[in-house]
Amino acid sequence: MKALNKMKIDEEGMVTKNLIENRRLQDLGVVRGTKIKCILRSPLGDPTAYKIRGAIVAIRDEDAQNVLVEVGLNE
Amino acid sequence: MNEVKIVLAGNPNVGKSTVFNCLTGMHQHTGNWAGKTVSNAQGRWKTDNLNINLIDAPGCYSLKASSLEEEVARDCICSPECEGVIIVCDGTCLERNLILALQILKHRNDVILCINLMDQVRKRAMKIDSDKLSEVLGIDVITTESSKKREMKHQLEKAVCKLLKGDTKKLVSADGYKEELLDSPEDTAKKAEEIADLVVCREKEKEDVSIRVDKVLTNPIVGFPVMGLLLLLVFWITIQGANYPSEALSKLLFSFEKPLYDGLMAVGFGESICNMIACGMYRVLAWVVSVMLPPMAIFFPMFTLLEDWGFLPRIAFNLDKCFKCCNACGKQALTMCMGLGCNASAVVGCRIIDSKRERLLAMLTNSLMPCNGRFPMLIAVITMFFAAESKLKGAVFITALVVMGILATFVLTKVLSETILKGMPSSFALELPPYRKPEIGKVIVRSVFDRTLFVLGRAVVVAAPAGLIIWVLANIDIAGSSLIMYVVDFFEPLGNIMGLDGVILTAFILGIPANEIVLPIVMMIYMSQGTLAEVNDLEFFYQLLVSNGWTYLTALNVMIFSMMHWPCATTLLSIKKESGSWKWAGISFIAPLMMGIGLCVITTFIYRFFL
Repeated sequence: MKALNKMKIDEEGMVTKNLIENRRLQDLGVVRGTKIKCILRSPLGDPTAYKIRGAIVAIRDEDAQNVLVEVGLNE
Repeated sequence: MNEVKIVLAGNPNVGKSTVFNCLTGMHQHTGNWAGKTVSNAQGRWKTDNLNINLIDAPGCYSLKASSLEEEVARDCICSPECEGVIIVCDGTCLERNLILALQILKHRNDVILCINLMDQVRKRAMKIDSDKLSEVLGIDVITTESSKKREMKHQLEKAVCKLLKGDTKKLVSADGYKEELLDSPEDTAKKAEEIADLVVCREKEKEDVSIRVDKVLTNPIVGFPVMGLLLLLVFWITIQGANYPSEALSKLLFSFEKPLYDGLMAVGFGESICNMIACGMYRVLAWVVSVMLPPMAIFFPMFTLLEDWGFLPRIAFNLDKCFKCCNACGKQALTMCMGLGCNASAVVGCRIIDSKRERLLAMLTNSLMPCNGRFPMLIAVITMFFAAESKLKGAVFITALVVMGILATFVLTKVLSETILKGMPSSFALELPPYRKPEIGKVIVRSVFDRTLFVLGRAVVVAAPAGLIIWVLANIDIAGSSLIMYVVDFFEPLGNIMGLDGVILTAFILGIPANEIVLPIVMMIYMSQGTLAEVNDLEFFYQLLVSNGWTYLTALNVMIFSMMHWPCATTLLSIKKESGSWKWAGISFIAPLMMGIGLCVITTFIYRFFL
């Protein structure tokens, strides 16, 4: 299990826990059990874009570090 | 037939405004980024069977509103006054879109689901079983695509007729939105996932072309240079393309001046009145139209094409870290880009930013991006002083100016967030929509048409009276000197310190209503006879400026000052309206002005000391 912002590009995982309640991410469907794939990193290193429920969404590291993911469950 | 109210709802950037335009025949602006529509738009949708007041609500991800625009949308969707909701979904990410749909269905049943962007769905080798979805949700589901407008209209009409006649109407809560009606976010998301798995079928996982483009645009090494080059290309086309229509327009318009003068004389007006109208009002008008209009008419459609294609969110993605360092929101990059089009509408666009503090930062710094009204002035000065021989060089110059504007935005944002707008950056998420092919013909026709009419209208409303006032000021003598010269003399010392002169500062002040008229005013004051010269080419204008003491420094500082002074009157009013207080409008006036004065004083000092 690791924080979302520690995922590598093209890595896939599943959300296991939101450490703090984040309304924004919740609305986008980042809840326990959501499949997530790391897609792009901004040239300056932050934010990172993830594929979430069919859409690509950029999230800042500060927010992503509070989301825990289990990597490698999907393979 | 009674009028009924129907609301268009859905996630941001799923094509609600496209559906809205298709049904109402209106021309609500569209763009490929989340947050383009920030307030309700209303339109009439009338057919043989229907008389509908259609409301285009801003996009939202959830009914649990966390921003201003989402609140507007939520209240609208849950309102008992409306007699039906059309939920527009992006077929390519149905699962996420279903979350909102499920929440709405908890509140009401008089709903139609419209799966839009089906062309994109097919392109990605996906299939959506709309009949099954209709069965699962218990509502009508239709599929549409933006290129087939007639079919879209027909389908929606059929579905809405059925909805209004049907007896399935059910409103769960008569008081509008109730949070307790909703399932937990986990349950809603899970249900959406289950339904999506049931109705969406991917034949094979096809890699999205958008991601490959994004890998280049957001590449750590080539990302920024590629974006810079794109900007350069846009300006190069603008400068190159504006050349010819500018000349033609000016020849045409100035050829009317003499007949106008003669005509007025023939009718029997006195000489001074004829002078005032023909040489004062009409000349400024003709100038604004012929010199200012062509670059605008070329730049604006290109900007709109990039916007429709989906370029703006990528800029925001690349620049977000800089905004984070300024304790601001990454979406400020979006409003900053909108500022290149028009500062006033960009200020309204700041509603996409959730936190009030971050919204204010975006509004107060927006005028540092040179708007469409200032480009022609910058282009004219650059062409005359720095890049007479090469259009490409001119484009490089103006790109550099825009980059300077971006840097200035960072600086001012940082300063404001460390002083009067202290606070931590709030969390946000930025959607990177897939690139879409813009409807090129439509964009060009619409933006040229809208823009042309807008500028012409503004020229008549603002430039003509300004021309009149300036003529009066320049031609009324008190104690041997015209009124305008008193103003000019007053600003001369300050202008001198800034490497400008009193005339230029006076012109900027008189240009508050619209930046387009600053350069024409400068010319007018320089002309000894107090009216705008009959100038058909920049060469003459250049001679005029040089003979009035313009140097490279003057030209440079005019550009700097036009980038950093006060916002135009329309923008100031928007800031007052959006922030709810004159205080913020005042700060948006002072802050960039201080930067502009400071920078001009520094360049002047360096120039005079070292060169």
